[in-house]
Amino acid sequence: MKRRDLFFAVIALIVAWALAALVLDKAILPTPWAVGAALVKELGRDLPLHFLFSLWRVGASTLLAVALAAPAGLAMGQLKRLDRLFMPVVYLLYPIPKIVFVPIILLMLGFGDLSKIAIIFLILFFQILVLVRDQATALRPELVQSVRSLGAGRRALFRFVYLPASLPAILTALRQSVGTAVAVLYVTELFATKWGLGYYIWYKGSTQANYAAMYAGVAAMSVLGLGLYFTVDWLERRLCRWKYVE
Amino acid sequence: MLSLASVTFAYPHTPPVFEGFSWRAASGESWAVLGPSGCGKTTLLYLLAGLRTPSAGRVLVHGQTLTRPRPQTGLILQDYGLLPWATVRQNAALGLRLRRFYGPDGKHAPRQPAEVPTAGVDAWLERLGIASFADKFPAQLSGGQRQRTAIARTLALQPDLLLMDEPFSSLDAPTRENLQALTHDLCAENNLTLVVVTHTIEEAAVLGKQILLLGQAPNRSPRVIPNPGAGSPGFRERAEYAEICRELRSQMGNV
Repeated sequence: MKRRDLFFAVIALIVAWALAALVLDKAILPTPWAVGAALVKELGRDLPLHFLFSLWRVGASTLLAVALAAPAGLAMGQLKRLDRLFMPVVYLLYPIPKIVFVPIILLMLGFGDLSKIAIIFLILFFQILVLVRDQATALRPELVQSVRSLGAGRRALFRFVYLPASLPAILTALRQSVGTAVAVLYVTELFATKWGLGYYIWYKGSTQANYAAMYAGVAAMSVLGLGLYFTVDWLERRLCRWKYVE
Repeated sequence: MLSLASVTFAYPHTPPVFEGFSWRAASGESWAVLGPSGCGKTTLLYLLAGLRTPSAGRVLVHGQTLTRPRPQTGLILQDYGLLPWATVRQNAALGLRLRRFYGPDGKHAPRQPAEVPTAGVDAWLERLGIASFADKFPAQLSGGQRQRTAIARTLALQPDLLLMDEPFSSLDAPTRENLQALTHDLCAENNLTLVVVTHTIEEAAVLGKQILLLGQAPNRSPRVIPNPGAGSPGFRERAEYAEICRELRSQMGNV
């Protein structure tokens, strides 16, 4: 995605929004400038803190998911016996919308941050697991053998073969799940917390009926998602330069 | 230098590929191993590389039983041997980097992260004519350039034994002949023992001063056809070459 294109997309969205707000003329859809003013005001209050809470939850669950799913995917892609054992289980669990586990996870892990992180983690985990596993299956045995013949043991194989081979899959999985992760983040922040953008949006909208501030929260959430997306993009261009040569 | 002493090897749930198979090669010799697919050519190479262990018998290099890959053995595979995410220079330096990775005792990583020694590597890239591609990735190279990179990576480790599995079979004829001549030159320059596995009669005749014929599994005893003219200038145009090809063709028919 080019920066210029993104800029024009933002402009077009704001124009459409302004038109809709003017035509509708209801409190529930304030104009972009009203929201802009609210955003500036809210940034001086506790919106940044809500943002940081959300960022922490998404960030922690992402790191946890990568740390657990990537090695598991690698192992399954490379060890046929392990794959035969666990892949049916993964295929059974993978298509289930993980959001249905929310009540169970709340019951098991309580109402704190842990359960919120666990729910997002579950979604990312399966996505990364499946993609990394497929990538590792496609890894040619000749490549592994030739690097072994150069004297590589397990550790060196991991560092020079498996890790770089699975990076693109990890980043693709992350890019694909950023949207879902942020959506689920919103849901998890609806209950049992007073911090996070999800709570903020719900509270401003439903309790205070401060719609301009509510939309400021929505904008912050979109910035969060976009920021994650750009981070993944940046990492991919830095770490997977070989994917971008002609 | 190299020998198989009554080696038996079988993959799980299949009849053995080798059964009590013995064979030896002296230092500095050039061997081609020829046979139809599935005859165990690649298995033989993996045994010599220490990537497979025989279920009975021994593989010996310099009189020592081989139990794992030895650092002075260079293995070059048909394709897929290069890391797609590393540049030509990084690929060529990989062997040296791995040495540093494990440190002087071969086990523990050195305390300080070692610099990748590029000077020696660059000299090999120069010798193989790929210095100008040093910063390209394998996907940006032709098949011949990729194989040159693989050879540079192996030679940078100063091996005494070069094992090649169908190294040039996916290349076009001029590139292939070029690289076959280069292989002879490099082996002579560096006093390498060469074992090339191939399924093409012509390649065996061009590369092997000794040709080992393998047949359908199980292989029990080696059949060796001497081919002393291989590697001499203009060999391909001589009657000797046509003769050895004819001989190999008829022998392969009887397998």
